[in-house]
Amino acid sequence: MHKINNLATVIDAEVTSNRKAGAYHHIAFSVGTMAAHVRPGNFVALSVGGPGASTVLRRAFAIYRATHLGGNQGQIELVIAPHGQGSSWVAARQVGEKVSMIGPLGTSFGIPSEPARTLLVGGGYGSAPLFGLSEVLKSRGCRVDMVLGASTAMKIYAPLEGKRTVNSLTVTTEDGSAGSQGRVSDVIPALIDENKIEVIYSCGPMGMLEAITDIAKEKGVVHQCAVEESMACGIGVCMTCVLPVRGEDGVIRMLRSCIDGPVMDGEAVQWQAKRIIPADTWGAH
Amino acid sequence: MFDFSTMLGSSRFDNPILTASGCAGSGKELAQFFPLSALGGIVTKSIMLKPRSGRATPRMAETPSGMLNSIGLQGPGIDLFLENDIPWLQSQGARIVISIAGETVEDYAVLARRIRGVTGVAALEVNISCPNVENRGQVFACHPDTARAAIEAVRRNVGGDFPIIAKLSPDVTDISMIATEVVSAGADGLALINTVLGMVIDTNTMRPKLAGKTGGLSGPAIRPIAVRAIYQVRQALPHVSILGMGGVSSGQDALQLILAGASAVSIGTATFGNPLAAITIKSELESLLVTKGFNSTAEAVGYAHRAE
Repeated sequence: MHKINNLATVIDAEVTSNRKAGAYHHIAFSVGTMAAHVRPGNFVALSVGGPGASTVLRRAFAIYRATHLGGNQGQIELVIAPHGQGSSWVAARQVGEKVSMIGPLGTSFGIPSEPARTLLVGGGYGSAPLFGLSEVLKSRGCRVDMVLGASTAMKIYAPLEGKRTVNSLTVTTEDGSAGSQGRVSDVIPALIDENKIEVIYSCGPMGMLEAITDIAKEKGVVHQCAVEESMACGIGVCMTCVLPVRGEDGVIRMLRSCIDGPVMDGEAVQWQAKRIIPADTWGAH
Repeated sequence: MFDFSTMLGSSRFDNPILTASGCAGSGKELAQFFPLSALGGIVTKSIMLKPRSGRATPRMAETPSGMLNSIGLQGPGIDLFLENDIPWLQSQGARIVISIAGETVEDYAVLARRIRGVTGVAALEVNISCPNVENRGQVFACHPDTARAAIEAVRRNVGGDFPIIAKLSPDVTDISMIATEVVSAGADGLALINTVLGMVIDTNTMRPKLAGKTGGLSGPAIRPIAVRAIYQVRQALPHVSILGMGGVSSGQDALQLILAGASAVSIGTATFGNPLAAITIKSELESLLVTKGFNSTAEAVGYAHRAE
């Protein structure tokens, strides 16, 4: 059955801080009780452009951190890469301004019932939801190693408080301006072996998630990834953010990344299907 | 006392704001934000005979004041739909308009027979204008003969328990002519308008952005087209009920469609931007109608056509 996040609400969230962090903006919102319902991997959908704007669709952003401040107070922090019209608008919000926010939305990362040895992999601002996950995993007695990759050093998002929550941090950049030169997939196999990794959690561009899936399959490691498909609504009504996923019954279905995701089993996602419907998909025509 | 209710053919709705087909999921997704019974009705996503994967991604491109979509009628097929979705909507007290889409005239006949026995259906929307079926040259609503054949097939297979509403495409030379054809074939009402066919080309890849190449344009960008189409059809067929839709985002927008001749208004793309859009539009519309001195929704329907 569908996993509708029934705790989602629509609020006007006030910006309480907005600061540049490398190539990104770190923005905090006052969100009241919404924060108490957030699990690592959840996202929010924001209206962009203000009243009467020509941008009529919401933008989805992974939650970097949610903090319940007691009573009816809470805060949600996002890491925004201002690369499009909508994200640039959000990045330009000043303290005190309000933005319509729906959340928390989507599935969350599954937390092992027993302490496990975990590897968290983030690409670019995809690292954002991994720090909250790391805190939860550590509190459950898990070992947490982390790999962050980006094209260049400016695009590595790794705040100091986040670094403190992990056992080890490996950085890769394609231009070699920070960490080792190359991609996250270059360093993951050795880290899996060295640290006897049992579960990989990942978030970032689809190409990276596909590459990690291949490695995880080969190494026999569980891989939970947060996918990034463009969404129109974020709440499951528009059917635009689908991707082909093989279910436990062996059938491939076009599932919504906003409701059946963003967190999905990497091995179940049919990454090879780009701009096509796999022939054996349920209802293929 | 202001009467907000409205009629589509023989069916009464408590208020004139409905969801638009394909813009309310199964109903469950919106029900977490408001009770579905608060709207005049829920129009289901157009259902086909068999399960359907829909088109590949990318399925969506945002455009100025609108969006292009190419979903391709993804859905569970009529069997699972009648087994799961309809009983659930009934349990919510929602007023249900079932929307159907077929690939052949025979599909429409079979679908109509399946729905004939369903209790509590407020109306049947016959989508003969989806722009995202594989061969758009075959869109029933673009030719008077095929439009007539599809509606006749439905008419022959349902009784008079609920009105048949034909959903038309604005992508025709003369929408009044198509409207006249489907009404003479047995449609009790008209749904105006489906999306407008469009295309976006990605200037990086220099290819169409959508995997399906073309898509249906919706949102405020097409509202004037909807208002025009409704106005023209109302003029040609003043006694036929119209369910209007096309970029309605506010009570003012809904009022425009009603003044043009719509008896009820469906909310589509606005819901993507705001899950509570239909509820907000409903209350804005009610106060507007009252403020303007109308005693009922019915009084305002087609009011823009009055003599100078």
